[in-house]
Amino acid sequence: MLIKFFIKPRKGVLDPQGRAVAESLHNLGFSDVKDVKVGKYIEVYIEDKDKEEAIKEAHEMAKKVLVNEIIEDYEIEIVE
Amino acid sequence: MRFGIAVYPGSNCDYDTLRVIRDVIDEHADFIDYRETNVSKYDCIILPGGFSFGDYLRPGTLSAHTPLTNAVKEYARKGGVVIGICNGFQILTEAHMLPGALMPNIHGKFVCKHQYLRVENDKTIFSSKCEKGQVLKIPIAHHDGNYFCDEDTLKRMEDNGQIILRYCDKDGNVTDEANPNGSLHNIAGIMNEKGNVFGLMPHPERAAESILGTDDGMYIIQSVLENLE
Repeated sequence: MLIKFFIKPRKGVLDPQGRAVAESLHNLGFSDVKDVKVGKYIEVYIEDKDKEEAIKEAHEMAKKVLVNEIIEDYEIEIVE
Repeated sequence: MRFGIAVYPGSNCDYDTLRVIRDVIDEHADFIDYRETNVSKYDCIILPGGFSFGDYLRPGTLSAHTPLTNAVKEYARKGGVVIGICNGFQILTEAHMLPGALMPNIHGKFVCKHQYLRVENDKTIFSSKCEKGQVLKIPIAHHDGNYFCDEDTLKRMEDNGQIILRYCDKDGNVTDEANPNGSLHNIAGIMNEKGNVFGLMPHPERAAESILGTDDGMYIIQSVLENLE
């Protein structure tokens, strides 16, 4: 069983990496780029279990260590 | 006095800190391994600078969940004095021993230079040798020193006098130009509500002997010493 974590800078929190990448895309001629957010993607493989249970565990992992909710937002996806 | 200096894989200011405690202020200092669980014999614990666990995931995160940090958390809960310098500050926020978070510098660059700091509160055990408004010159060296917290937390810290140091110019003006990393309200060092845990991005241990260009870090080190005795 796989848990996918998609982590990105929280709305309203400055993202220097995203800003630099947006600038670079502009310089390359992608003039339609309005905003860029650079985040993280994490894969956690766990033993197979009930999906609801896995979701609960995933949120615990996120809150305890994988995500800092003061500055980051996250989404999870469970792949059975 | 017995100082304990935490050593995580990737700590790199541990020896600088040890030297200052042993050779400059002539007190006892030990290194403490990150797997250690008993820290009760120390009068003060310092989490030094560096890149513990390679800054993997986020700076300070993996160190915040080690046996040693858990023990330090309990030690602080009982009133023990804890100082986190640079990466140590990042560890303290990730361990929720201090509010807020340290984000990448706003310009995306590593910043390494002497920095002026204004003392905002001199009624703390970390700044009692300073005067309110005093300007200190102490080096900074970090990539993730951009302090952030929500508005309620900021207000609570302001009201409680928890903000001890702010980045400023040489005359003590707290301006955007004097802010080296984008830190909220130029915050450079804060303490917890109880007043026994202090985190700061500048390195007082690199400013403890005048031969290094400034010994202003001694104001902080001597403050701690005075209050532990």
